[in-house]
Amino acid sequence: MSELHHIGLAGLAAGLRARRFSSVELTEAFLGRIERAQGALNAFISVTREAALAAAAAADRALAAGSGGALEGVPIAHKDLFCTQGVRTTCGSRMLDNFVSPYDATVVAKLKRAGAVMLGKTNMDEFAMGSSNETSYYGAVRNPWDTRLVPGGSSGGSAAAVAARLVPGATATDTGGSIRQPAALCGVTGLKPTYGRVSRFGMVAFASSLDQGGVLTASAADAALMLREMAGFDPNDSTSVEREVPDYVAALDAPLAGLKVGLLKEFFDKGLEPDNERRIREALSVFESLGARLTEVSLPNLPLSVPVYYVVAPAECSSNLARFDGVRYGHRCEQPRDLLDLYRRSRGEGFGAEVKRRIMTGTYVLSAGYYDAYYLKAQRVRQLISADFTRAFAQVDVLMGPTTPTAAFPIGAKTSDPITMYLNDIYTIGANLAGLPGVSIPCGFVGALPVGLQIVGPHFSEARLLGAAHAYQRATDWHTRVPAGYA
Amino acid sequence: MALTREQIESIAALARLELTAEELPVYQASLSSILEFIGALERADTASVTPMAHPLPGLSQRLRPDVVTETDHHAEYQRNAPQTAAGLYLVPKVIE
Amino acid sequence: MSDWETVIGLEIHAQLATRSKIFSGSATAYGAPANSQANLVDLGYPGVLPVLNEAAVRMAVKLGLAINATIAPVSVFARKNYFYPDLPKGYQISQYELPIVAHGALEIVLEDGQVKRVGITRAHLEEDAGKSLHEGLAGVTGVDLNRAGTPLVEIVSEPDLRSAREAVAYMKKVHTLVRYLEICDGNMQEGSFRCDANVSVRKLGAAKFGTRAEIKNLNSFRFVERAINYEVARQIELLEGGGAVVQETRLYDPDKGETRPMRSKEEANDYRYFPDPDLLPVAVDTAFIESVRATLPELPDQKAARFVSQYALPVYDAQVLTASRELADYYEAAVRAAPADPKLAANWVMGELAAALNKESLEIGATRVAAAQLAGLLKRISDQTISGKLAKEVFEAMWSGGADADAVIAERGLKQITDSAAIERVIDEVLSRNPGQLAEYRAGKDKLFGFFVGQAMKASGGKANPAQLNELLRAKLKG
Repeated sequence: MSELHHIGLAGLAAGLRARRFSSVELTEAFLGRIERAQGALNAFISVTREAALAAAAAADRALAAGSGGALEGVPIAHKDLFCTQGVRTTCGSRMLDNFVSPYDATVVAKLKRAGAVMLGKTNMDEFAMGSSNETSYYGAVRNPWDTRLVPGGSSGGSAAAVAARLVPGATATDTGGSIRQPAALCGVTGLKPTYGRVSRFGMVAFASSLDQGGVLTASAADAALMLREMAGFDPNDSTSVEREVPDYVAALDAPLAGLKVGLLKEFFDKGLEPDNERRIREALSVFESLGARLTEVSLPNLPLSVPVYYVVAPAECSSNLARFDGVRYGHRCEQPRDLLDLYRRSRGEGFGAEVKRRIMTGTYVLSAGYYDAYYLKAQRVRQLISADFTRAFAQVDVLMGPTTPTAAFPIGAKTSDPITMYLNDIYTIGANLAGLPGVSIPCGFVGALPVGLQIVGPHFSEARLLGAAHAYQRATDWHTRVPAGYA
Repeated sequence: MALTREQIESIAALARLELTAEELPVYQASLSSILEFIGALERADTASVTPMAHPLPGLSQRLRPDVVTETDHHAEYQRNAPQTAAGLYLVPKVIE
Repeated sequence: MSDWETVIGLEIHAQLATRSKIFSGSATAYGAPANSQANLVDLGYPGVLPVLNEAAVRMAVKLGLAINATIAPVSVFARKNYFYPDLPKGYQISQYELPIVAHGALEIVLEDGQVKRVGITRAHLEEDAGKSLHEGLAGVTGVDLNRAGTPLVEIVSEPDLRSAREAVAYMKKVHTLVRYLEICDGNMQEGSFRCDANVSVRKLGAAKFGTRAEIKNLNSFRFVERAINYEVARQIELLEGGGAVVQETRLYDPDKGETRPMRSKEEANDYRYFPDPDLLPVAVDTAFIESVRATLPELPDQKAARFVSQYALPVYDAQVLTASRELADYYEAAVRAAPADPKLAANWVMGELAAALNKESLEIGATRVAAAQLAGLLKRISDQTISGKLAKEVFEAMWSGGADADAVIAERGLKQITDSAAIERVIDEVLSRNPGQLAEYRAGKDKLFGFFVGQAMKASGGKANPAQLNELLRAKLKG
């Protein structure tokens, strides 16, 4: 019983099927872990105990009848950016502190149909804007490996929860690295799918052309199972792609031999901490020993990816967040004097500083006289970066490198200068700009802190990414390490 | 790329964000440094490059059949609304 | 005043007659209880996304074909960003740089019969906003989002119009066209067809346009004409007094008959247009266009031209009869049933029938005299069973009672008298009763002929055949 939290998502699904334990037992066990860890980690904004137990009981009935989905009875958590019907959905913001969503996001509905049991909504950077989970209205999330440090962001809550084994899997979102970067800092597996692979309907929009929903789990095998149930065309999302979802689980064991791996010259730059680099190089040796062939490639426009991102994402978010105006839902200021006062104060009070910063940046770069110089220019450079990736993928199958330049940093260390914070995403942003899938997997430690290896592939190559990650995870055990106190 | 106080005020006005007197210089500084950082884009040679609006090229908008699929849920939806009356969402009086 | 030239461009917003909204599956029916047709997408809830209605695209293409415009093979939706309570997302999804239709034109017929070509710069798809209700609510404004998300096509004319009359003629032409195409019901009271007018003046012969003012939300032909006339006079007075016209948005006050600046438009809005990342480019290929082209009806101009040649009608009649498809169809049905005299049919449709409809504010669809029934009446006029004058009485009876012409004629005994002997008897009676006038007439007072005609007609109960009466009377008067 005490080992339940080590079994992993796929193992739990199988165990439930085999009736080795019940969903109610599992749910109770994980709820207990969540509640005990909440003070130290602050990984959750809402815990839905009663609903979870009711869902678990229903799952047990389905399992007993031999029916149910691939994740029947398996406990998971949803990042609080996903709308969950009848359940508070805050996006980590005071603006939605009182917001109960009347509908389920497509991702939530699909996982529900697959039988997963939601235990709660995880903490996150406000409206997904941040790389450290320090901008949440509900307080910072702490890294279970060292609670003085950040877990990464914006999906810090989901990453910390999986790292501390409070849930075997959690949904998350990635706009500039918000799944992969916290996965690296927390020592878990995080997958951002190809743009359009997973529906964005019900996933509160930050930057519409960059956002993608994905997963955080303890292993690639678990990620494969969860992604398979989440992915697929959604008629409610015009950017959702009509393309069959492969069985990612069945594809896990595809042989690795001959895999052509590109090492991005631009990723092994002076910004990468030497110890981190060592862990990455060691991981690359493992891949070589498994049959991969390494080549150096260059994406010359990639260094401009952070400036591009900080034009495009704020521009889109400045427009996406205009709906938060105190009229139909969300925070409204007290006693508005007139309409203008209603807007200005509701929004001024409801949004935190980073969100306001990005809204204003976005408003500026879209405004008359600046649109061509900033927004259009950025989208042109985006095209160049995308073309660089396409050229690289003509030579290699996947790209590998560090997910982050450093390991987890102290809470408060980078909050004074936004640019320093933004540069945490330097290795991850390119994939979002080009809509490419990417995964981060644990590949060792620097001191006591985990290091993540990133694997990026061409559009719709999730099966290959997961297969490569899985092969690595069969040859190593970094992904099985759990922080002290959560073992 | 240093922004003036007036520019920050006008951006905040466009975005309907109230900024206090203390906040204003803070945003002025951070926005100026962000724009400085973004200025690196000028270096790129993008003559004759098409702006990329969508990350997956060559796709076009799907068309939905013209069918009514929705029913009235306004009572349920208005539970989230700060102020309603007679089915209407209320805001301070607007004079046109 | 006469050395000033007026320059007008119209922006017409026509609500497309789709069943569901442009980006959501909510119903578009008018008049539903507040917010009962506003779903989460229409309400701009967190996380919702737009999906494009195929019928809206077809209707825009149909319009484009009817005005001989270019249909863009790829068009793009853009966000127009501004804050207003009836705009839930804080932006309107519209089209900006790449509209679906561009470079079309319409011909209008001016009062003097002259034909003028009016260019149409573009027509694009966009979503309508909701409605703000100010009356009856103390200190607050109520927002109804039923209308939010209804598809609109915005039709922008070139600044080719040179008078309020031309503007109205153009607006009426567009109104007729969208109804012919069945893409808009044209109901101005319900707001399905709205017009903004951009008005400026300049000295005749000036090369540049003057500064223009935009008058918003004119929802009747009469208001458009009055508002433009007022605005032109206002601008001229301003300029002649040494002032300058401010580029601004104004509203027309129908009670005062004036335009005034809109108070809620503060500093000029910077809409920060950018392509909507939630929607992909709209691709329209040749097959799609041709499938829409196959649904085009005979257009108003084509129909009017055909009426002129097929029915030998004057241009004016053809224009009036083809103002709506329903009216044109009614006319043609009547002529099919009474083919002898299409001009007679035209006169009756434009005259008595139109008057009867107008009196009760009815559209042709609600007529109490069907085309076949009118045809029945027309035949009795053509075959001289009744006189034209009595026919009016018959028509009134048909309108109020619903009976056919023959039934009314029989019941009231209104058949025309064509028996010469009977007419002569009537004439003899009239002459004998009016010996004084008879003497005056024979002495040379020719005008009295009309008097005798009138008396004879009256004596015959209006039924004497006029031509025969005239002939026989003339003969008898000669002595």
